[in-house]
Amino acid sequence: MHPKRPLHFRTEQFRFSSFFFTGLTGLATFIILAMLAVILLNVIVNGWRGLSWRFISTIPQKDFFKPENAAVLPMIIGTTLRVLLMTIFVIPVGVITAVYLTEYARNTSPVTRFIRGAVNNLAGVPSIVFGLFGVGFFINFIGRNLDRLWHSSGSNWSQPSILWASLTLAVMTLPVVIVATEESLRAIPQGLREASLALGATKLETIVRIVLPQALPGILTGGILAVSRAAGEVAPILFTGVAYYMASLPKSLTDQFMDLGYHVYVLSTQSPNIEETRPILYATVLVLLLLTLALNLVAILVRANMRKRLRALH
Amino acid sequence: MGIQRGHKARPLEWLTEKMIAVVSLSAIVVVFLIFMFVAREALPIFLGQMDSALVQPTVPATEMDKLSADQLRRYLGLTKKELGGMSRETLLLLMEAKEQANAEIPEEVRQDKDAAVNTTQWRYLLLPYQWTGYDKPVFIWQPVGQIHKYNIIPLIVGSLKTTLVGLLFGVPLAIGAALYVSQLAAPVAREIIKPTIELLAGIPSVVVGFFALLVMASVLQSIFGYQTRLNAFVAGIGLSLAVIPIVFSIAEDALTSVPVSYTQAALALGSSRWQAAWQIVLPAALPGVFAGVVLGFGRAIGETMIVLMVCSASVMSWSLFDSARSITTTIAAEMGEAVAGGHHYRMLFMLGTLLFVVTFVSNMVADVVIHRFKLRLEGKR
Repeated sequence: MHPKRPLHFRTEQFRFSSFFFTGLTGLATFIILAMLAVILLNVIVNGWRGLSWRFISTIPQKDFFKPENAAVLPMIIGTTLRVLLMTIFVIPVGVITAVYLTEYARNTSPVTRFIRGAVNNLAGVPSIVFGLFGVGFFINFIGRNLDRLWHSSGSNWSQPSILWASLTLAVMTLPVVIVATEESLRAIPQGLREASLALGATKLETIVRIVLPQALPGILTGGILAVSRAAGEVAPILFTGVAYYMASLPKSLTDQFMDLGYHVYVLSTQSPNIEETRPILYATVLVLLLLTLALNLVAILVRANMRKRLRALH
Repeated sequence: MGIQRGHKARPLEWLTEKMIAVVSLSAIVVVFLIFMFVAREALPIFLGQMDSALVQPTVPATEMDKLSADQLRRYLGLTKKELGGMSRETLLLLMEAKEQANAEIPEEVRQDKDAAVNTTQWRYLLLPYQWTGYDKPVFIWQPVGQIHKYNIIPLIVGSLKTTLVGLLFGVPLAIGAALYVSQLAAPVAREIIKPTIELLAGIPSVVVGFFALLVMASVLQSIFGYQTRLNAFVAGIGLSLAVIPIVFSIAEDALTSVPVSYTQAALALGSSRWQAAWQIVLPAALPGVFAGVVLGFGRAIGETMIVLMVCSASVMSWSLFDSARSITTTIAAEMGEAVAGGHHYRMLFMLGTLLFVVTFVSNMVADVVIHRFKLRLEGKR
């Protein structure tokens, strides 16, 4: 009998306990899926009504709890900018680390074990601790020293800003990029590398010209996963750059910015009249969800496509 | 040999390879930096150098010379560098200003025995204390008003309460689903269900918090009929949504990586699919499942936004149906109003260090357990 074949009562003797417990685990699966569906449906149905072109394309007034003043353009731009900046920092470091781990390091060496331990650990550090780290390291340490270096007028590196928020997020998403890139590098057949080496290419040439182009979809997936993780995070940027309200868009790296996730938090906890705010709150949540889930979906599709291609290659 | 010759012939390539090795250490460096810089801001608390006492014994300016340099520095609240850069005249002026400031503290505050208490000492952080106006010793976190009270026990209890609910609700569901998906469901169903559950991890925690606050809180209250609408129980159910994807995905991996021959042998001996899954595969995969639960614990205790949005009143209570303020929530809610370098600020960094250490240990435990599990499956132990 094939092990992956489903429960089949005709070939198996019927046992009540077996039936009961299979049903119980099936129910657990169903409850999880149902919770996911309820959240998504609730947000989509209620959020749809509040969406309008004006809502996503204008800058809100100061009193953004009222529907007629609400808009999310600066939040969309702020969130997009901070995750794009983040990818510039995190992708090179993450890809190089993954290349070292798969192409150079021996799997059993203590250094490799240490790096992997650190990556796993980094993935589990609470996001609020990254926020504190951003304050302690980027703002209080790097920022102050930069200010001291150029103590001309107008340099304000030791303030919360979009740059420090992006760097904090880059540190947080480093493990996501490393793990995804490593996975895609491992999926490339050893034969490709050997063929390239046999034709006289050096190891580095093989990596740059043969391995990395093949791994590109995987690297992209890692980047997208990192972006979707970072786009929804609020805790790390609370003290490193987000602003409650700004009348204009950020113009330089040292400016603060408004953010979709933080705006959801502000709207849902600080509204003077939650009934009046509810429609725009739902609409804002919908925009945030569309942004993060769309990115997630793209990552899942690219990854599935990549796996299929690799299977054909083997 | 060929590779070595290549290295000699191409110094640039050799250099690049060395740089790759250096960059790859970044993960280690970052973990180290996080600990160093979060703990650095909290260091004065750990070393007992902070003094939050409102009223200190006044030293007249004329007696400045009787103090040692260290006593003087602490009395005036200066750093070593600041003290070094000051002339004697400036110091005298500061002494007089301090004397005057002390004299301006209202008499009723000065009469309060608590005003002379340094609340950042460890015994006030961990043990109950009878503050003025209370009829018995209490645990209380209240960093506002004249006397800042920093007892961290209510925060730890708050974190544990919400985490416990999250795990009690989330772990059975996640493990049940992992068993179903990896052992019992049809392969087609598996292909669909697995990525869908993993999509749950893609929902931002601020959205889960929003949903728990606006929808789940009212629904749960009407079902269970408790008093406070926003409490640790609702926050815990919200947390379970963050815990489930992690526990599920690690438990599912562990269950799937158990060799198929185990199941085949059990089925050949006449067991049902459920018996094979429950009595053979699950015990074999137990270390992996356990690691998933440990990581889920780390995720729940470190989650900020869900708990912050659902409940944040700081009360010392073991009841699940009272409000609770967790460690993460406290940091997120109070950091904005804490003065940089002050005792409140340092106290929040101390909480961050505590959180980092707790999650670091639970991650290490999970990491080691998974590593051993893999070695055992490969037959190396």
